[in-house]
Amino acid sequence: MSDLGSILACGVHVPRLRLPRALIAAETGWLNPPARNAPAGERAIANWDEDALTMAVAAARNCLAGRTAAPAGIAFCSTTAPFADRDDAVLVAAALDLPDTIATQNLCATLRAGTRAVLGARADGAGGSTLVVASDLRPTRVGSPQEPAYGDAAAALLIGPAEAGELARLLGAVSRNADFVDHYRMSGIRFDYALEERWVRDEFLMKAVQQAIGEVLAGAGVNAADVRHLAIPAAPGLARRIAQGSGLAAARCDERLWQHCGDAGAAMPLLEIVAALGRSEPGDLIVAVGLGQGVDALLLRAEAGAGRAAQALEAALARGREETSYVRYLAHRGLIDADFGMRAERDQRTAHTVAYRKRAAVTAFTGGRCERCGAVQFPLSRVCVNPACRAADTQRPHRLADSSGRVKTFTEDWQAFAPRPPYVYGNIEFAEGGNLLMEVTDVEPGELAVGDAVRFEFRIKDEDRARAFRRYFWKAIKS
Amino acid sequence: MASGIKDKVVIAGMGCSKFGERWALGPDDLMVEAFGEALEDAGIERDRIDAAWLGVFFDEQSTGKSSLPLSMALRLPNVPTTRVENLCATGTEALRGAVYAVAAGACDIALAMGVEKLKDTGFGGLPERTKGTFEDLYLPSSTAPGAFAQLASAYARGYGYSIDELKRAMAHISWKSHENATRNPKAHLRNRITIQQALDAPMISHPLGVYDCCGVSDGAACAIVTTPEIARGLGKRDPVSIKALQLAPSNGVEMGHESWDGTHTLTTPLAARRAYAEAGIGDPRAELDLIEVHDCFSITELVLMEDLGLSDEGRAPHDILDGRYDRDGAIPCQIDGGLKCFGHPIGASGLRMAYEVYLQLLGRAGPRQLRGRGGLGPALGLTHNLGGIPNRNVASVAVFGLLAGRV
Repeated sequence: MSDLGSILACGVHVPRLRLPRALIAAETGWLNPPARNAPAGERAIANWDEDALTMAVAAARNCLAGRTAAPAGIAFCSTTAPFADRDDAVLVAAALDLPDTIATQNLCATLRAGTRAVLGARADGAGGSTLVVASDLRPTRVGSPQEPAYGDAAAALLIGPAEAGELARLLGAVSRNADFVDHYRMSGIRFDYALEERWVRDEFLMKAVQQAIGEVLAGAGVNAADVRHLAIPAAPGLARRIAQGSGLAAARCDERLWQHCGDAGAAMPLLEIVAALGRSEPGDLIVAVGLGQGVDALLLRAEAGAGRAAQALEAALARGREETSYVRYLAHRGLIDADFGMRAERDQRTAHTVAYRKRAAVTAFTGGRCERCGAVQFPLSRVCVNPACRAADTQRPHRLADSSGRVKTFTEDWQAFAPRPPYVYGNIEFAEGGNLLMEVTDVEPGELAVGDAVRFEFRIKDEDRARAFRRYFWKAIKS
Repeated sequence: MASGIKDKVVIAGMGCSKFGERWALGPDDLMVEAFGEALEDAGIERDRIDAAWLGVFFDEQSTGKSSLPLSMALRLPNVPTTRVENLCATGTEALRGAVYAVAAGACDIALAMGVEKLKDTGFGGLPERTKGTFEDLYLPSSTAPGAFAQLASAYARGYGYSIDELKRAMAHISWKSHENATRNPKAHLRNRITIQQALDAPMISHPLGVYDCCGVSDGAACAIVTTPEIARGLGKRDPVSIKALQLAPSNGVEMGHESWDGTHTLTTPLAARRAYAEAGIGDPRAELDLIEVHDCFSITELVLMEDLGLSDEGRAPHDILDGRYDRDGAIPCQIDGGLKCFGHPIGASGLRMAYEVYLQLLGRAGPRQLRGRGGLGPALGLTHNLGGIPNRNVASVAVFGLLAGRV
């Protein structure tokens, strides 16, 4: 069997906002009576300035943190990529400041995209590693069974040749296609249309999935009883049933993701892998499954670095804050037509000529550092901003995205247009010097103070509704 | 070595429209209203104006571009006209153009007109605008109150005040300006408020409540300037003279360099220092009889007292609460109600400030006339604009006094 590669690093992004399922049930119980049995837990919901692309960037940054060598390839996996025609993977790579020679792929239209990309990584990545990042933000219809069950999140795995400290090794894989329509969403349609869960369970999960699991174990010569973890995008009860049915008598299934995030679509198989690694001891065998018009069944062995997965997942899950307003959540998803006032009418046209020539600044958050005096400044400019220097053409690109900062001044602005008022912004002083007036996101009124430490995330800056365009920039987040 | 502008140019006449929500009037009407008063005051015919400067900021939402709206509204006799725009220092910038032209000997009589018609947007606050094609891609879509509220957070932290303590001084500023405006028939907001009302007001941009924000007003103000000789020929025995006209724009330090701590404006002290030198003022605290500063927000006025060298660093809240800048204080500030209550039609504001100082120096301020130091009437007044936001701005400082003055 050819080398399937190893998981060298992982990253997770779960949006900070969590919508309690009990709140959904309380608000929609009139419509869909079974929902009155308020399900436990919460679902992750993207803030207004997050989408599948920004979440992917966040997960990928977590994944690549501390690694020096850039991956040779990047695969962006999502059924809700913001652009149908604009290479989302190129944009993700640009935000990550990866070399423009990186091989990019966009895998869409299937929730199996993440495992497909993992399995393709070694074939495509050849000598180097491939960053597989999967992300989904699937709108759900009010009162639907999907509304409490889905969650918004992203996960990234760096796949490459085996190395010391790796998280896991891929021992085997089986892929089977089947045009089984458990749910679907046609192009241009907002919501999934889901079929009866009992049918899906009995006719697909308990048959095709179990068969694929059996095949991958047989291929690797592994006894089903020796598998310690099943990573599968299914609710805990169903996952345990599949494990039992597959003979994985000792396999544990994740509950944390379902408790705090929900089913994150294309990201879910990778999140489940991270969760399984997180509770693994080195040497543990893991069966990981990707579903979507077929099955990918992967056999992994946890290695010495598996514990890093637990840190990645816990860090993402721990930062939750309850969304107390169901109506606000609906407004951010565009599910109700909220009146954001006349200031929301401002023309958000992007001068693409400018966006292109300033792409290092806007997309990669690269400023300048003066070679004469050392002053860091954003944006990079022709003449140094340091009043004691002001030298011309002395600045070298200096990326600020991975830097940190401190709140020098701020306000909570109730007059400005903001999808989630108040609009919070202030002067941020970078750790290495330099200052920028920046938006602060993922912050509630009263939460921010002068002197607070911040880090930076790639987020939606503006929506141009007149031309159906979305632009992005970096924002400060309390660290 | 340049000798400065002091006493080279005097004001022959000034005019100012009523400020407010002038729903029935357009920018042309406002300019005609102010110009009529100024012509009558100067005692000249329209055709004696040799050149004119128009200051307007939001041209897109009101007059349209160029200087033509001025030339056409007043039917000027095809003399050279220029439109200037320098954020909230626009009105003062128009005056600077006219004054410099007269001082240069390029013309005998020049007009500076500032106008703004803000209340045609359909919503409260200032009109929305682009910051430019690049900056729209990365700068927050901040509002004016939000950009100035930054000062409050940094000042409170920098000088050890709680936000509540700072708010108390800010409320006093607004209360004082409302009190002053009750004596000004041309002011936009002429109601009294209580300190408590200011403290309890709905939040606009933390910690600025609605009473911490100036009026968004329509209005026009203008000055006709000339040489001392011509003014005497027009019967002005002791005209108001330009003692100083200084401008200090940001060069990017506040926005991009860590050396700015956010507690003050970087530019105002520079403009003030130059203006005091140009006017020959050694001790502004002892010499200035009144000041009109850019109180777009209460916190702005607070830090400006220090930036202009009138309060010690970190002590403005105490001086304010002690009444030092009240009508009966040592240095009355915003005796006409200021931007806060007279209103803030951006392009007109610098000239509106000059108008009040002009009236006060000539003893024509009616019920709000100040007695000045020693009861002889004010001798020296200062106007200040801060165009833009604390992160980058244009500060202007002008000083006016009587030509034969007591200084």
